[in-house]
Amino acid sequence: MIAKRIKNVPPSGIREFFDLVLGMPDVISLGVGEPDFITPWRIREKAITALEEGLTSYTSNSGLMVLRQGISRNIKKKYSLSYEPKEEVLITEGVSEGFDLALRAILEPKDKVIVVSPYYVAYPALVEINCAKVLYLPTTQEEGFKINLKKLKELLKQNPKAIILNYPSNPTGITYTQKELKAVWKVLSSKNIIVISDETYDELTYEGKHISFPSLDKKAKKNTILLNGFSKGYAMTGFRVGFACGDKEIISAMTKIHSYSALCAPIVSQVAATEALLAQKDIKRMVSEYKRRRDFVVKELNKIGLQTINPNGAFYCFSSVAKYKIKALDFAKKLLMQEKVAVVPGTAFGREFSSHIRISYANSLDNLKEAVVRIEKFLSKL
Amino acid sequence: MDDILEILENNARISMADLSKLTGKSQKELEKAIKNYEKKGTIVKYKAVINKEKVKGEKGVVALIEVKVSPQKDVGFDLVAERIYRFPEVKSCYLLSGTYDLLLEVCGEDIQTVASFVSEKLAPLSSIRGTATHFLLKKYKQDGVILVKKEKNSRLPITY
Repeated sequence: MIAKRIKNVPPSGIREFFDLVLGMPDVISLGVGEPDFITPWRIREKAITALEEGLTSYTSNSGLMVLRQGISRNIKKKYSLSYEPKEEVLITEGVSEGFDLALRAILEPKDKVIVVSPYYVAYPALVEINCAKVLYLPTTQEEGFKINLKKLKELLKQNPKAIILNYPSNPTGITYTQKELKAVWKVLSSKNIIVISDETYDELTYEGKHISFPSLDKKAKKNTILLNGFSKGYAMTGFRVGFACGDKEIISAMTKIHSYSALCAPIVSQVAATEALLAQKDIKRMVSEYKRRRDFVVKELNKIGLQTINPNGAFYCFSSVAKYKIKALDFAKKLLMQEKVAVVPGTAFGREFSSHIRISYANSLDNLKEAVVRIEKFLSKL
Repeated sequence: MDDILEILENNARISMADLSKLTGKSQKELEKAIKNYEKKGTIVKYKAVINKEKVKGEKGVVALIEVKVSPQKDVGFDLVAERIYRFPEVKSCYLLSGTYDLLLEVCGEDIQTVASFVSEKLAPLSSIRGTATHFLLKKYKQDGVILVKKEKNSRLPITY
C-alpha cells in the first residue's frame, strides 16, 4: 500500500531511545532542538491582536506582502543582499517546508544531492522522498566539522544537481568565515550546481558576523536558494513561519507547489513574524544568554572529559565520547538510565558519528549546571 | 550594561565560581570589578524580591502618593524631596514630569497609618501644594518579575 521510496526511508534509528526518554520523569533533557525561551511578549501580543481583529483568512500564496517586504529589508540590512519582495521571497510553513519545496522544484528522479554530514535529520530523508540520491560529504572533528574541499571536488565529478549547506550547523554548532565560504564557492562555481543554504541559525552567531551564502557574489546569489525562518532566532518554533529567497524562476516554481500543497502559512503566524522583525532587542537578549551558556557548557564539558569543539553558533555542542570506547547510543541510554540526563546520539545525524553526542544548551543555567555534575558522575563510573 | 551587571541584576545570589564560568573572568577580577561598582554606587544594594501576599501573617498596605510641590529658589525640588524621602515609611521617591511633581511609594500597617502619615507629616510641609493617595489593591508584576502567573514551557524532551 505504501510507496516503495517512503518505505525505503529508514525510520529514525533512535526512536526506541526517544520513547525511553518520553516515559521517564525528572529527566534533564539536553536533547531539545528548540529555544527554551517563550516567544517574546510583543510578538505574542501581536498574534492575539490579529485574532481579535478577525484576521483568520488565507493570505496570498506567497505570504503577506508586508512580511515579505520586512524580510527583504532585513536581509538587505544584514547582508547587503537585494531580493524583490514580490517575486523573490516566499513565506513557508517553517524552514522545513521551504526545504521540501526547494527540492521538489529542482529535482528530477535520480538526480544527486550533496549532503554534508553530520546533517540535520530531514536532509537525506527528504532528498530520498523526492526520488533523488544522496551523496554524503563527511566532515571530521579533526577538521572542525568543516567541508573538506578535496572531498567536495571528488563528489562534484558525479555532477550533483544541488548541495545543501547549513551553518551555523545543527548538530555541530560550527559556522564558516567569509574566507572559508569563498573557498567552498570557488570549488562549487566551477559546476552549475544549486546551493540550498539553510541559514536558520544565522541570528545565533556568537563570534564574527554571519556571512550569507548568496552574498558571496552575483553568481552565488543566482544559484542559491536561501532558507531561513523565525523558529530559532526569534523563539517561534510553534508559529511555523519560514521563508525562501532566490532567483524568481525558482521561487515561482516553489510558490506553485506551495499554492497546491499548503496554500499559505497561517495568517496569525505571519502577522506575528512581521512584528518579530521589529523585536531586535529581544533577540539580542536571547543571544547574549545563549553565548554565556555556551561559554559555560563548552568549558565544563572539556573539563570533565568530553572533548568538545567550541561552536560559534546555534545552541548545540557535538561532543566526542571516543575515549570511553562506548557507542554513542549506548552512552546515551546508560546516561539516561543512570543519571537521568538525555542527549541525542550522534548516529541520528550520520551513521559514522557513533562516537559523538549532541548536547543542546537551550536550557536554564541551573539545569545545565546540574547536568554537568551528573555527566561527570556518570563518566567516572565508565 | 556589561555581563557582570546583567547577570547580577537578575540573580544577585549567584556564586563567584558560577559568575566566573559565565563571564570568563577570574574570581579575583570579578571581585575587583564588583567592589568598584559598589564603591561608585552603580550597584546600590543586594535584595530579594518578596511577594508579600505569600508571607504568612504579613499585614500592611502600600500607597502610591502623587505630590504637588512648589519648587524652591536655587535647590528646585531636591530639598523638599529630601525632607520627604528621609521618612522610613517612604520606600521610593521619584521626581516626575507632568501634572504632579513627586511620586512616593509609602508603606504602612493599615490604611489609617498611611492616612495619618499623609495628613500629619506630608501635607503640612510648607512647600507641598497638594497630594493624591492611591492604595494598591493587587501586585501583578514587581521589579520585572511577574508575581501572579508562571509561564509554561511545553517543549518535548527530544526534538531534532
